[in-house]
Amino acid sequence: MDSPSRRTILKSLTIGAAVGSVLRIIPLQAAEYAHHLIDDEKSGAQTAYSPKFFDPHQYKTLQALCETIIPADADSAGAIEAGAPEFIDLLTSENTDYQKTLGDGLKWLDSTCTTRYGKPWLDCTPKQQTEILDSIAYLKNAKQDKTLEDPVEFFSFLRNFTADGFFTSKIGIKYLGYKGNTFLTNFPGCPPVPGV
Amino acid sequence: MLEINPPRKVYDVCIVGSGAGGGTAAKVLTEGGLNVVMLEAGPRLDPDRDFKEHMWPYQLPHRGVGVGGRLRGIGDEFMAPNGFWDIEGEPYTTAPGSSFRWFRSRIEGGRTNHWGRIALRFGPVDFRPHSTDGIGDDWPITYEELAPYYDKVESYIGVFGSKENVPNAPDGVFQPPPKPRCTETLIKKACDQLHITCIPSRLAILTKTLNGRDACHYCAQCGRGCRTASNFSSSQVMIPPAAATGRFTMIANAMAREIIVNDTGKAEAVSYIEKSTRTEQRVYARAVVVAGSACESARLLLNSRSTSFPNGMANSSGVVGRYLTDSVGSDLAGYFPQLEKMPIHNHDGVGGMHMYMPWWRLDKKNEFLRGYHIEFGGGRDMPGVGGFEYVCDEHEGYGVSLKQKCRSVYGTFIGFSGRGEMIPNENCYCDIDPEVKDKWGIPVLRFHWQWGENERKMAADMQQTFRSIIEAAGGTVIAGTRRHPQKAAAGESQALVQQPGGRISTGGAIIHELGTIRMGNNPKTSALNKNCQAHDVKNLFVADAAPFVSNPDKNPTLSIMALSWKTSEYLLDQAKKGEL
Repeated sequence: MDSPSRRTILKSLTIGAAVGSVLRIIPLQAAEYAHHLIDDEKSGAQTAYSPKFFDPHQYKTLQALCETIIPADADSAGAIEAGAPEFIDLLTSENTDYQKTLGDGLKWLDSTCTTRYGKPWLDCTPKQQTEILDSIAYLKNAKQDKTLEDPVEFFSFLRNFTADGFFTSKIGIKYLGYKGNTFLTNFPGCPPVPGV
Repeated sequence: MLEINPPRKVYDVCIVGSGAGGGTAAKVLTEGGLNVVMLEAGPRLDPDRDFKEHMWPYQLPHRGVGVGGRLRGIGDEFMAPNGFWDIEGEPYTTAPGSSFRWFRSRIEGGRTNHWGRIALRFGPVDFRPHSTDGIGDDWPITYEELAPYYDKVESYIGVFGSKENVPNAPDGVFQPPPKPRCTETLIKKACDQLHITCIPSRLAILTKTLNGRDACHYCAQCGRGCRTASNFSSSQVMIPPAAATGRFTMIANAMAREIIVNDTGKAEAVSYIEKSTRTEQRVYARAVVVAGSACESARLLLNSRSTSFPNGMANSSGVVGRYLTDSVGSDLAGYFPQLEKMPIHNHDGVGGMHMYMPWWRLDKKNEFLRGYHIEFGGGRDMPGVGGFEYVCDEHEGYGVSLKQKCRSVYGTFIGFSGRGEMIPNENCYCDIDPEVKDKWGIPVLRFHWQWGENERKMAADMQQTFRSIIEAAGGTVIAGTRRHPQKAAAGESQALVQQPGGRISTGGAIIHELGTIRMGNNPKTSALNKNCQAHDVKNLFVADAAPFVSNPDKNPTLSIMALSWKTSEYLLDQAKKGEL
C-alpha cells in the first residue's frame, strides 16, 4: 500500500474538522504517517560538528575517552559514531557545573600524564593510557588515595554522560534491542520468557 | 462631562482554570445553555505544534533533558508543554523548616496534559474517615451521592479497568484493560504468593474507540500528549465540546488576580493580568467557578480582600489555605536477573502501568491509619538519559564489558511507588507571603509543611512491602545511585527511583496537593457547602481538588471531574431557578 502523501494527511485533517468532529485530534493513519515523517526528516544528513565548549585538543581527548568507555565492537559502532561527544559538548557549554567537573578532569589527566609520562594523555601509548584510566575508573582507588577523589568523580561523571549519549542514540538504541515507539493496533502482552 | 460607556458584557459564568475541574465545568455548563468565559494563565494548546509524541531522543540535540541537562523526569523536553516545577518570575516560598514542591501547568488543559492518567474512584470509606477511625472529618457527601457522576465521567472520557469487587476500591464503567507486560506478570505472581491484591490498573486511556476518539496505539507516551487523543486531557476532550456549543469564550494568557465583590457581597467580576500587555483587565459574570488547582485557587481567594472579606473571599471560617495535604510517597527499585532472558519484544503498552495493587489491608489492624496503593513500572522502556547511571556506577571500569553489561541488564529493573493517604495536620497549610510578589505584581503563596507520624509509619511500611515483593519475585533491592543527586521523581516509571534519607517524598512532590478550600456542613469549619458553593458568597463555586475533605490514597483527578460535574449541575439548576 502506498503511504499517504503529506497533502493527503492535511486533507484528512480538514475533513475531520468538516464532518463536525469537535475534538482537535487526527485520525490514526494520519498520526502514524506524521510520525514517520518526523523520523525521516530528523534523521537526515549530519553536518560536521564544531565544538561549542571544548578547545580542539580537549575535544579530541574527549572523543578518545568516550570511545574508550563505549568502544565499537562486533555488534555496533562506538560512542563517537553515536554522537556522544557532541551531546556532551553541547550540554557542557550550557552548564557551569559540568564545565568544572569535565574541565578540571581533563586538566588533571593531561598534567598527570605529562608529569608521569612526559606527554598529554592523547599522545601516550595505549598501555600508559590504560594505566592512568584504571587508576580513576574505580571508586575503591579514591578510598585508598584521597588525591584521586576528584579524578574518580570526573571519570564516573564522564562514564555516565557517555552512556547517556550512546544509549540514547540510534546506534545505541538498536544495540540494546529496544523495540517500540511505534503503532500497534493491539498490545500482545508478554511473550514466553523462561522463569517468568 | 458625562462619559458614556458601552454596556459591559456580562457572562453567565466565569471559570478560572482549564484543567480537570475547569474543563468539566465548561462542558457541563455550556451544554446546559449558559454563556461561559474561561481564564487560563497559559497559552492555548496546539497538539500539532506542541506534542513530541513518537520522537526519539536523538532527534533532539539535548536528547530530552534540555539546556544544560536540567530537565529530567516530569517536565523533560518530551513532556506535553508548559508544566513546570519552577516558573521564572512566579515563585512561591516555603516557611523556615518546611520543604514543599509545587508543579504548575500554565497551558490550556492544565495538569491533565501531564498527569499519569490513573483514574481511581474514591471508595465509600474514603468519604467517612472520622466515622471510620475517629480522626479527621467526614465529607458532607457520600460515595453513593458521587457515584452517578463517576459513571458520567468514566462513560464520557473512557477508562480501562476490570470488575474486581475490591473493598473500598469501587469498580467503574470500564473499557477492557490491556494485557500485562512481562514485568507485570512477574510481579503479579509474587503478589499472589504474598496475598497482596494485584489487578489491572484503571487509567483514562481508550482501548476502544469512544466518541470519535481512536483507541490507544500503545506507544507508552501519554505524558507527551497524544495526537489521537486516545488518552484523557481536558484540552482535547472537555474544552472542544464546550467550544462547539458557541457559548464558550476562552481568554488565554490571563493570570487571575482577584475576585471582585459588589456591594451585596456577591462576586461580580474577576480581575486578571493580560500577560501580553501586562495590564489589568476585568471580566464580568453572574457566577464564578474557581478551578485553578487547589493552591492557586486558595491563593486567589486569599488575595481577594475587601471590606466585606478582610481575610480573603469566602474565608470567614479562616480555613482557606488550611488542611493542605499531598499523597504520602515512597519508592524502591529492584533488579530481576530472570528478565535478562527476556526476548526482544515490544514492551511499550499504554503510557502507564497495566497493573497495580489497590490497598489490600483494609480490614487488618495496621501500625498506621488509612492505606496506600502501589504503582510499579520498568522493563524494556525507551532508553533515556539517566537510565544507565545505576549500572555504570555498579559495574565501573570502561570498555566492551561495560557496554555489554549495560545491554544485559537493560530492561531488568522494576520500580515501585507507594501512594498513601495523608491525614491533614495543623502544620501543613499555605498562606500569602507578606513580602513576595510575582512578576505580575500578585502576592505569592508561602508553604508550611510537616509530615505527621502516621505518614512516616506508612512510608516505612511501604518500604517493607516493596522489599518483600522484590524478594518474592526473585529480585534484589537496588540502592540509590552513589554519587548523583535525586532526580525529580513523579509520575512516570522512569522516575521511580529511591528516595533518600527518610524515604518519604517531599510535600507536594506527588502532585496531589489538595484540601485548601474544604467543603463541610458547618460554615465555621469549612468554606464551601456540600455543593462546593461558598458558604459566604452564593454565586462562588470551587471545582478543583481544593474542596476535598480528605486525600485518600487514590489519585485525585477522576474525583475532581466527578465533583466538578456534580457542582456544575447544581449551578445550572440554581441558574435556571434564578437563585444566583
